Amino acid sequence: MDQPDLRIKIGPLELKNPVLTASGTFGYGQEYSDLIDLSLLGGIVVKGLSHKPRDGNPPPRTVETPCGMLNAIGLANMGLETFLKEKLPALQKLNTAVIVNIYGHSIDEYGEVAAGLKGVKGISAIEVNISCPNVEKGGMAFGTDPDISARVTERVLKNSDKPVIVKLSPNVTDIRAIAMAVEKAGAHAVSLINTLTGMAIDIESSTPILANISGGLSGPAIRPVALYMVYQVAKAVNIPVIGVGGIVDHRDALQFLIAGATAIQVGTANFVNPRATLNIIEGLKVFCAERGIARIDQIIGSLKIPDQI
Amino acid sequence: MFEQNSKIVFNKRLAPEIFLLALESPEVVAEARPGQFVMIRVTPGIDPLLRRPFSICGTRGDDLFLILYKVVGRGTAIMSQTRAGEKLSVLGPLGTGFDLPKRDCNSVLVAGGIGVAPLIFLAQAIDAGKTAFLSGYRSENEILPLEQFGLDAMETLISTDDGTAGHHGFVTELLENHLAGFSEDPPLIFSCGPLPMLNRVAELALKRNIPCQVSLETSMACGLGACQGCAVRASSKENRTYFHVCQDGPVFDVQKLDWKAL
Repeated sequence: MDQPDLRIKIGPLELKNPVLTASGTFGYGQEYSDLIDLSLLGGIVVKGLSHKPRDGNPPPRTVETPCGMLNAIGLANMGLETFLKEKLPALQKLNTAVIVNIYGHSIDEYGEVAAGLKGVKGISAIEVNISCPNVEKGGMAFGTDPDISARVTERVLKNSDKPVIVKLSPNVTDIRAIAMAVEKAGAHAVSLINTLTGMAIDIESSTPILANISGGLSGPAIRPVALYMVYQVAKAVNIPVIGVGGIVDHRDALQFLIAGATAIQVGTANFVNPRATLNIIEGLKVFCAERGIARIDQIIGSLKIPDQI
Repeated sequence: MFEQNSKIVFNKRLAPEIFLLALESPEVVAEARPGQFVMIRVTPGIDPLLRRPFSICGTRGDDLFLILYKVVGRGTAIMSQTRAGEKLSVLGPLGTGFDLPKRDCNSVLVAGGIGVAPLIFLAQAIDAGKTAFLSGYRSENEILPLEQFGLDAMETLISTDDGTAGHHGFVTELLENHLAGFSEDPPLIFSCGPLPMLNRVAELALKRNIPCQVSLETSMACGLGACQGCAVRASSKENRTYFHVCQDGPVFDVQKLDWKAL
């Protein structure tokens, strides 16, 4: 049998396979270039970028938890200008899609980063992180309010010439409402889930382990939560859904594809196994080949719900 | 830098909670420099999830590298149960190493507890006749036999917190005495150990403006500079707020760090 066709489309964006790296877990790609062939990836989502550089939170910034970890890095990054000058040239040479994750602390700031990437070659899409605190609304995350999520999306779309993916926060009552709001605002796709808010306490000192008190939970611990949200959102919207959350191997990835995700992102697993993404791509190929599935997109949304008794 | 499954050649107990692990990897041996570290996955499963960082304690021949470690939690407890013949996933060598002293320079190595690990590798790479190795432990039963690592030609001094062996007190007191013996041209200082100890070492070094390199220990998620979890505060003289221990360190010149924020 011929090699299965792993190509997928996220709106106007075509990827060679559905396996991407999740923002904040893969740096700018170069960190892993000694270990894996980056050109084999479906795409790289780079570390969250803001208009101005940000130092991030004081340490401790991470703590391991059962089958996962909490992080409160604080979106430390070099800022738009340095990214374009120092990191983008190497990324542009890779034969893979480069997706730039952006964030802001006001709607204007989101607009500024998007505008700064307009016309820049070698960037395939923008992923918008709406999980960060909105300084104009007392620090409430943008992504918890459908109207504000839609306004951020509109602003980025207005200032951008690239496909726009909105990355949704799971720390909401009904993620479908946010997904539908950003779809209506024109988003080309949604990715979910971002990390779940959590904390850990040192019982000897009675202090939070993270200096930031709370952090974002990631890793296999969150996978079932992510999977169900992807399933719900995929039914609720007509734009492509990118599944993220605790994916470690190709069996995990397949669950997300079956639930309705068009592509998946691998995050925390990169820390544990730098080859995780490539193993998943290989595993998907073998899975399809063994079952005579010609194209990976035949699997997307193939979930069967048995008749209720 | 490599990611590979390395065979355990031995994993033996040296003191109640201290083990010496030998892993086979000609690739890591060829690249490893004193002060560098590896990230080890203690189980192929997902709990505990993350790799653990360990300083490289030395090499044997062309094939083996050594990890000297203390059982401090679940990860190291699991690692202490692994046996010869099994394999562990190793990522490394990572990070910057020590800047080695010039040939005619005197050096003093200051270790606290398991902090001896990277300094043993360093001691093997520098002139034994010009080096003193000071190590401090809580008690006699924790003392690590440095002669096992071919360091018999070196001046070695020991302190214990409870006075059961060597100097009764802190290793930093041994350092103070040692430095007092040099009215000029004091030895370069290399140190690794608990933070309060490193703080005192840095204080002594900065007071006399003695070049001093410390190896820092933090928890890490990736070890590669990707997650930026292992941040430490930079000195206000630096043009950045944080360094990352995995990439900018784990070895730092004491002048580069903000000791009040560590």
